[in-house]
Amino acid sequence: MAGLTGKDAVLSAYAEALANAPKGRSLTQDALRRLVNNKAALVSIFILVAIVLFALVGPYLLPWSFDKIDWAGIRKPPDWEKGHYFGTDQNGRDMLARTLQGTQMSLIVAAVATAVSVVIGVVYGAIAGYFGGRVDALMMRFVDIMYALPYILFVIILVVIFGRSPVLLFVGIGFLEWLTMARIVRGQTLTLKQREFIEAAKAGGAGPFTIIFRHILPNLTGPVVIYATLTIPEIIVTESFLSYLGLGVQEPQTSLGTLISFGAPVAEALPWMLYTPAFILVLMLVCLSYVGDGLRDALDPKDR
Amino acid sequence: MLGYALRRVLSAIPIVFITIAVCFFILRLAPGGPFDGERALPPDVLRNLREYYNLDKPLPLQFVDYILGVLRGDFGPSMVMRDFSVARLISIGLPFTLMLGFAAFAIGTAAGLIAGALAAFYQNKWPDYLLVFVVLIPLVIPNFLMANLAQLVFGVYLRWLPVGGYQPGAILNLVMPVLILSMPHGARVARLTRGSMIEVLGTNYVRTARSKGLGTRLILARHAIKPALIPVVSYLGPGLSYLLTGSLVVEQVFALPGIGKYFITAALNRDYGLVLGTTILYVFIILALNLLVDIVYAWLDPKVRYR
Repeated sequence: MAGLTGKDAVLSAYAEALANAPKGRSLTQDALRRLVNNKAALVSIFILVAIVLFALVGPYLLPWSFDKIDWAGIRKPPDWEKGHYFGTDQNGRDMLARTLQGTQMSLIVAAVATAVSVVIGVVYGAIAGYFGGRVDALMMRFVDIMYALPYILFVIILVVIFGRSPVLLFVGIGFLEWLTMARIVRGQTLTLKQREFIEAAKAGGAGPFTIIFRHILPNLTGPVVIYATLTIPEIIVTESFLSYLGLGVQEPQTSLGTLISFGAPVAEALPWMLYTPAFILVLMLVCLSYVGDGLRDALDPKDR
Repeated sequence: MLGYALRRVLSAIPIVFITIAVCFFILRLAPGGPFDGERALPPDVLRNLREYYNLDKPLPLQFVDYILGVLRGDFGPSMVMRDFSVARLISIGLPFTLMLGFAAFAIGTAAGLIAGALAAFYQNKWPDYLLVFVVLIPLVIPNFLMANLAQLVFGVYLRWLPVGGYQPGAILNLVMPVLILSMPHGARVARLTRGSMIEVLGTNYVRTARSKGLGTRLILARHAIKPALIPVVSYLGPGLSYLLTGSLVVEQVFALPGIGKYFITAALNRDYGLVLGTTILYVFIILALNLLVDIVYAWLDPKVRYR
């Protein structure tokens, strides 16, 4: 017989109280809330998502593909009837399709190069910081030296020597962008390794690499995410400059830098060839900079 | 202090040496060369060329020869611009690049310091908001795009300034390149100055100075400036290398005869001699300037010891 002892009522009251109890907020939720309250960052995230989606899906929706030549429409300003929404270039190729393809390329380079630089920087910095002493001094001295060198020269030399393949471009840029990441991660590791849970792991018999990868790295997510968002625009700029010099992505593939380098000399007569890629590039960089700042404020409220 | 400077100079020597070695071997081991043309050269001609350019000896010997040459100030011949030695090309381009770089450095640093200090002084009032916004522009628009847009607006549409090129004495041709080069530098300096100035103006010793009746101007000049400059000065080292890299962009876009332009042309033509020479020069300049910045830093910040 239910209800005789009032057990059910007690239990359901208890369950209700549990369900309505004030919820604890995790650090991630806190950070998310702060990010959502940051209007500039939120709008930037929406614009970025829109750009990424459009760059990935857009080419399938357009009447022209990026390397298709429209013999009837060479060097034409925007024409909605023919489907050249941003005009055509000197070879009669649709500028919107080319810009989308270029955006895609710039985004891929940025993603891969950032991933490379994050992996190298995090592993290098964590090892230097964890082992400390002479290892640390030596490893960070190397970073200091690399910092002083003009890395763009080495990227150019590498690209010239080993051919102009996009893969090399990704890896080459990523390989030279990890220095700041290594410094930040090392600093954080130095403080983290003094904490009790590391001592506990040591006492439990964990080896140094287990400690680094299982116990230290997960605690570095915040700074790594922040710095990665700040690295992306830098890499986009580097890639577009290399492409601007003719060292990056090769025809018929294109990137925003390549498009700008072709658009700039003819901008007086065919302004749409410069302004379309330039606008997308600047819009992406502005948004990324706001998102980076917003993430920093959200994840690291001390550091305002 | 002198010992500190001397030790820093000595520690820079192996860095220059290693850079030369790495670049030298990468360039020599790479496939392809400056004599690859549309048509293959006859073997005899190729052999003579290789002999002339000292490419026929074993690699280590070539390296020793090269290092000895560099120590004498002889960077070897340019392999593509065949009437010139690398040292001659550098002596043409270097003064120009240095002039461009230092003009941009001076203008950018001065403007950045003034703007940053003003923004800190009027924190959260309209001059501050205006400056924070203006400073963002050169930081998000890449240098080469900014240069192209400036050429278009001031050179083509308005016709106020020449679009590019340079001849000795043509000051107007330098206005755009110097300003474009100085803008991102000035923006970073302004941001740093604003941040550190706000921090310093909030410290106890500034409050003490204010409470004993010191005027604003005196507080700024006597107490606030020096500590506020510390983060700015520590940025100037990396800032200088940004500037030199930036000069690569600006020289290329405005077709100016500096070493940056030579470097890019040489890299595109696989002119090993010229690439090596210009790279060594860049590394040398940047290390020297970093050293200078470190010494200034040690003078500014009493916490730095001359270890």
